[in-house]
Amino acid sequence: MRQGGNRKTEKLLMQRSVPGRVGTVMPDLDVPPQPMPDGALLRSELPLPEISEPEVVQYFTGLSLLNFSIDTHFYPLGSCTMKYNPKINDEIAFLTGFAGIHPLQPIEQSQGALDLMYRLQGFLGEITGLPAVGLSTLAGAHGELGGMLMIRAHHLANGDTGRTKVAIPDSAHGTNPASAAMAGFDVVELASDSNGNVDLDALHKVAGPDLAGVMITLPSTLGLFDTNIVEVCRIVHEAGGLVYGDGANMNALLGRVKLGDLGFDVAHLNLHKTFSTPHGGGGPGAGPVCAAERLAPYLAAPVITKQGDSFELSTPEHSIGKLGGFHGNFGVLVRAYTYIRTLGAAGVKSISGNAVLNANYLMNALRGTYHLPYDRTCMHEAVFSADRQKKRGSSGLEIAKRLLDYGFHAPTMYFPLIVHEALMIEPTESETKETIDAFVQALIDIDREVTENKELVNNAPHTTPVARLDEAKAARQPDLRWQPEAAD
Amino acid sequence: MTATRPNTSESHFQSHYIPNTTDEQAEMLAALGIDSIDSLFADIPAEFRNPPLDLPAPLSELEIQQELGGLAAKNRPMGSGPSFLGAGSYNHFIPAIVKSLITRGEFITAYTPYQAEASQGTLQVIYEFQTLICNLYGMEVANAGMYDGATSLAEAALMACRVTKREKIALADTVSPAYSAVIRTYCQSQDIAVTTVSPSAPDLDSETACLVLQYPNFFGYIEDLQSLTDAAHAQGALAVVSCDPTAMGMFQTPGHYGADIVTGDGQPLGIPASYGGPYVGLFATKQKYIRQMPSRLSGRTVDKNGKTGYVLTLQTREQHIRRERATSNICTNEALYALAATIYLAAMGKHGVRQVAELCYHKAHYAAAKIGELPGYSLPITGPFFQEFVVQCPVAPAEINAKLMERNILGGLDVSSQAANGMLLCVTEMSSKDDIDALAAALSEFK
Repeated sequence: MRQGGNRKTEKLLMQRSVPGRVGTVMPDLDVPPQPMPDGALLRSELPLPEISEPEVVQYFTGLSLLNFSIDTHFYPLGSCTMKYNPKINDEIAFLTGFAGIHPLQPIEQSQGALDLMYRLQGFLGEITGLPAVGLSTLAGAHGELGGMLMIRAHHLANGDTGRTKVAIPDSAHGTNPASAAMAGFDVVELASDSNGNVDLDALHKVAGPDLAGVMITLPSTLGLFDTNIVEVCRIVHEAGGLVYGDGANMNALLGRVKLGDLGFDVAHLNLHKTFSTPHGGGGPGAGPVCAAERLAPYLAAPVITKQGDSFELSTPEHSIGKLGGFHGNFGVLVRAYTYIRTLGAAGVKSISGNAVLNANYLMNALRGTYHLPYDRTCMHEAVFSADRQKKRGSSGLEIAKRLLDYGFHAPTMYFPLIVHEALMIEPTESETKETIDAFVQALIDIDREVTENKELVNNAPHTTPVARLDEAKAARQPDLRWQPEAAD
Repeated sequence: MTATRPNTSESHFQSHYIPNTTDEQAEMLAALGIDSIDSLFADIPAEFRNPPLDLPAPLSELEIQQELGGLAAKNRPMGSGPSFLGAGSYNHFIPAIVKSLITRGEFITAYTPYQAEASQGTLQVIYEFQTLICNLYGMEVANAGMYDGATSLAEAALMACRVTKREKIALADTVSPAYSAVIRTYCQSQDIAVTTVSPSAPDLDSETACLVLQYPNFFGYIEDLQSLTDAAHAQGALAVVSCDPTAMGMFQTPGHYGADIVTGDGQPLGIPASYGGPYVGLFATKQKYIRQMPSRLSGRTVDKNGKTGYVLTLQTREQHIRRERATSNICTNEALYALAATIYLAAMGKHGVRQVAELCYHKAHYAAAKIGELPGYSLPITGPFFQEFVVQCPVAPAEINAKLMERNILGGLDVSSQAANGMLLCVTEMSSKDDIDALAAALSEFK
């Protein structure tokens, strides 16, 4: 769709500015003017735009139309769980009684909010089998940092000061090693075996008195349920370590198994993945931490407790401290709570069932065309390799870009790192069979194009607002803000 | 219309969020040569598979509205009466277009813009955000945002340690206690020492990585940023400043005084208080430090046809490339609220942002003067302030707050642990003269 005039999006806000235009009218001052401070304390210039309200709406609406999104496109981005984000969740989060309350107002004036958070702690503890829950961490990686600091605190409380290492599978998200490092640990990489499980021999080698713990994503980023998981937990525990669970892929396991039963000690959940809260173009998320009861004293502050009929904000006895300014991403918590209340136990279980069914159906339909490095029943996502197509001249990246021309968002590419030319596809439970069939057909058509018209694929995308961008130039000559002298 | 609930048993539940019918499931299972969804989970050890799951029965959308509406009604929102609580979360006017635009599906249901060609809207918004935050703070580069003001400041302190290769943080005792606590949590495992200093005589030395300040400080007052920045620089340390963006509508920028890293909470820029989150952390620095910055950056470039476009750039700083050697573990941030702040700044614009700052300033000073004259009350801190100030009360602030609430007035924050009988009051453009007069009248009765 093309826009003309001021609805075109090329000009930036500062370039749209016209002296004298006003975007908002504020009320007049209703108190007597007060003495101003020393003029040296005041700024003279305020370089912000002058734009009328209709122009602001037109500009941002125009920008929105340049995006792919779940509401407009199938978005099978592996490991990101791009499922439908129910609108009622947003509506509830925006209720004045939730959106309009101050985090420091007296708890007597916030009992509804605290009650909701207390109940959500209970739900997440029940779902994970890890009953000690803290909601204050603001994203998945933030939860990882909190969980790893808890592991550190646990060892130190036991006088166990020599546990400096954390072992992390080679298939893990980059946040895992980054979070472990922020929590002060040295990272050791764990190999995966030929089935995509953690290599038990490799684990035995690192499971010693200096091992603080392991960080395991279940199912793994290969989309596979690690059939050694119980043994992994046993080996780590026997060595005196703890098992951290990255809950990024919990959409596969909802109601099917509890992490606590398998031997996990502490885990985070991504409410913006599994529990349907919108990704917002890169956040906000929320990364609650769920832990075994014996780790409860270390949870980040605050946690919600109940004294009689009253809900309170509490600091656990040996808390690692505060990780955010207030009590967590409350608006995200409200959405996740609403989602779980809408589903109940059977609904929660049907999420994982349909997500895993859709992924296996998709995997099966494409296995003849794209190489499947780990040919087993997958969980919520399937990881293919574009090795065959690469040999014929088109890489995974080029195939992914070509999918945009077919009206589908690209899968996750080149991750996990242990699969060459990886294409990681997660359809989620919220897509129809018709959409999945159409997506499969697009990938089959693109495979044919690789043979018949390689240039078409390798120059894709052709239909997006911009063609392939010069990333090298962006990094070499960083242009990170608009400046008048650079005006073009 | 909500879906009906034909059957809520364990065996079958047709959610309105899941299109697959039992017939379609059967068709897909047939393609896989299996006969049950359960068999897809055979890799889970049998003794742990299908555990009991104790969750409340599902509610229809209609019931959700009623039940959650009831829960929301148990809280007292700031709009329901005069409110004078700030301390890091502020009650400001939000133009209607902010919510209207951020809830567009194309924005709110998009992912992080890794796939640039399919995400130009989000990427251009981030670039605009970076531009406006730089302009607000008088800085050279800003990132795409952090979680909140507290974590931004903690990450800035860690960044200062990387830049200076030093491991000692000097934290002014006028920085928010919550922010200070977060800095300590972030530093506890990294062998970084955190010492508290007084901004009137900061004790810095040649091992100090940074001096951490707040502007206006936690109590609302304007410190001598020039001399403090100079003191930090004299020791080869960085000046790290957490700055309320609303104050930038009138006060001189931290950049003007030579601050090296400026952070803040973007909540005052069009984001509801929402019981403390989600907000967005602001983070700006000097060009020479960009490779030590945490979080995402959107950069302007060209496509292969020479057309202007935007991409995430300098990603080798980030966890998905650099893993344990990344500048931070941050991945998902608060993009939707960076968008909200960008729309807010566009809609308020040069005039609106200045007007809001001036309204806050004059109303707060009117309130301070009025309360300071009441018998038993005084203003223990002198010097210029913006929209917050400390009042010394004749009795414990907690007692006064409880009595104010009986009149449906939300009082200030009890800071008696830092200032005797101190209450930190905040007055923004949302408080009318009548609200302020009602507060003063109520206070005059408690002696």
